[in-house]
Amino acid sequence: MELFNFSKKESRLYMAFMHVTFISLLIGGLMGLLQTLVRSGKYTLPFNIDYYTILTTHGVILGLVLTTFFIVGFQFSLMGKTVGISDKQLMWGWISFWVMLVGTVLSAWMILTGEASVLYTFYTPLRAHPIFYIGLTFVIVGSWIAAFTNFRQLYVWKNAHKGEKSPLLAFMVVINMIMWFVATLGVAYSVIVLILPWSLGYVATVNVLLTRTLFWYFGHPLVYFWLLPAYMAWYAIIPKIIGGKLFSDPLARLAFILLLMFSIPVGFHHQLTEPGIDPTWKFIQVVLTFMVVIPSLMTAFSLFATFEITGRRKGYTSLFGWFKKLPWKDVRFLAPFVGMVAFIPGGAGGIINASHQVNSLVHNTIWITGHFHLTVATTVILTFFGIAYWLIPHLTGRRLTPTLNKLGIIQTFIWAIGMTIMSTSMHIQGLIGGPRRSAFSEYAGGDQVSTWISYQMWQAVGGTILFVGILLMFYIFIQLAFFAPRGYEEYPIAEEEVDAEKSPKILENWYVWVGITIALILFAYTIPMIDIIKHSPPGSIPFDWPIGRS
Amino acid sequence: MHLHKYEKVWIVFGLASLVLFLLIIGFAAFWKGTHPQSHIETIDPQNVEANESFQPDNLGLTEVADGKYVVNIVASAFNYDLGKEEDGTATKTIRVPKGSTVLFQVTSKDVVHGFQVAGTNVNMMVEPGHISRFESVMKNNGEFTVVCNEYCGIGHHLMFGTVEVY
Repeated sequence: MELFNFSKKESRLYMAFMHVTFISLLIGGLMGLLQTLVRSGKYTLPFNIDYYTILTTHGVILGLVLTTFFIVGFQFSLMGKTVGISDKQLMWGWISFWVMLVGTVLSAWMILTGEASVLYTFYTPLRAHPIFYIGLTFVIVGSWIAAFTNFRQLYVWKNAHKGEKSPLLAFMVVINMIMWFVATLGVAYSVIVLILPWSLGYVATVNVLLTRTLFWYFGHPLVYFWLLPAYMAWYAIIPKIIGGKLFSDPLARLAFILLLMFSIPVGFHHQLTEPGIDPTWKFIQVVLTFMVVIPSLMTAFSLFATFEITGRRKGYTSLFGWFKKLPWKDVRFLAPFVGMVAFIPGGAGGIINASHQVNSLVHNTIWITGHFHLTVATTVILTFFGIAYWLIPHLTGRRLTPTLNKLGIIQTFIWAIGMTIMSTSMHIQGLIGGPRRSAFSEYAGGDQVSTWISYQMWQAVGGTILFVGILLMFYIFIQLAFFAPRGYEEYPIAEEEVDAEKSPKILENWYVWVGITIALILFAYTIPMIDIIKHSPPGSIPFDWPIGRS
Repeated sequence: MHLHKYEKVWIVFGLASLVLFLLIIGFAAFWKGTHPQSHIETIDPQNVEANESFQPDNLGLTEVADGKYVVNIVASAFNYDLGKEEDGTATKTIRVPKGSTVLFQVTSKDVVHGFQVAGTNVNMMVEPGHISRFESVMKNNGEFTVVCNEYCGIGHHLMFGTVEVY
């Protein structure tokens, strides 16, 4: 890559998203720490703060705010690097940032004043303050502005480069944003059309099952929206960091297309124990869910193939010699690599969760919490940290110094240790029935409950270690943003082999892939949705008092 | 598009295990009839008593045949109504002999709840407007904690009961 940074005005936009990301990390992480402490039974929150207020804050700020801001900012930078950004597109980038930020502030205001302790899933008929829903709408609409700006960026580039294939990373960003747009249509409809008028009192009742189904139509692609930017780094950035080349451009594109197709028509696997959905349709969506195994295995193969090819080219010929010689002391590689390792138990747990029958053993137990702290809170976040180590200094015109690199390595170890302790104890406690999303409780007492509490102690230990990791990461961010020495930090983008074969044109035929995606969604959802609406019970009136609103 | 030989082996292996896996859960679902709970039976959440199972007198444990029981439960924030004891106090513990078949029928009067008899397969969402049902054979002795496992408000963690298998 050429030795140049972004223009100042470009960097400023991308950095704005990063600032929100890391402030969110600090706040959300603190909430997480408090939760594990409360659940240990040894600590109560000061000032009458309610457990479920901090639980809602934790989920919303880390699951929705941190992720979306990082992803939109990172993807803008990828587009800027690969296809460029015009002044007008830059302005739209800023509009998307401010719309998302205003939405975040509105929702945060309601959550922190106890008017929206409904958790990040905001299941009806618990009713939060209308401003909470308006805030969420702003966040979604802001991300749509970013999505359409990204589409426009690639479109303009394609017009100027007739007959050329689009840059791989730009292609991946567009796939992720198409998925995000199609998925958020569901939750946007639910919030704007069903919930908001009901929360304002214009409509007396709401169809609970319909809002839940629309939420999970969005809720599963949401996790792929987090994962795909990590995959972008694994496929197209890590190879450059370890001194190698892209494994295969067409295979990477195919994996992303498969992820687009099989990320959305699968939401029922979050609703397997739901009373109002036909089990046959649940099963059909379970089958569609498992199709994700194919692109996942393709990804695993191409990652390790890249590692081995690169190592062998450097002359390490023994069976595993190439593995030993990977750049373990480079945090830009180490952090995402630890993330990849966490994805092995994380993915296996996902297969268990999505299984038609076994799900009832773990549904809504803290096993699930343990699961997504491996996937999103380790695999995804460590990859995001791995990106931040070079992206932030690249944007601020500074360098990742050897000292900061070393601190990053320590951070990665702290994270791995803390999460191993916390996630493992969550998995075990969940298997023996401990519920998720619950404040400390001794219930009716007995052996079962005291075993749960002993695992909750371990979660507090792990949570405390993780919070130390968050403080360290925040320190590294501040250093990279404001204090590290001036210099040039590479924006690593892997290149193709000189003799790489051409990518088939069909891979860039958006009509085909978006068409198949929509067809799969219509297949998986049309009939059950008609059933849900046709067999709907009398609607539900709103409930304010259970969440402490008067 | 070229696929490396090893990658083909890897993908074929992956696909084969996927097919085997889906056949197993499909067999369990459609031949053995092991589905997660889904009865698609609706009820008016503001008038659950209109359904015979959820009239106050019918709540709690009833033996319907030798070794077969039904437990009717109305969930509301933040309580599971398991009926009343003979002295009129609210039932907190359901007692069934080991080996009995128990059908749990639950509905909600207000918000969404999650009904789980921890340590068993009885785990289902309870939603206003729907009746949740799950039948299970109680094979092991012991006290099993009934928890609400879906957030229902600030007293969510205080919503519980006990199933005792003797």
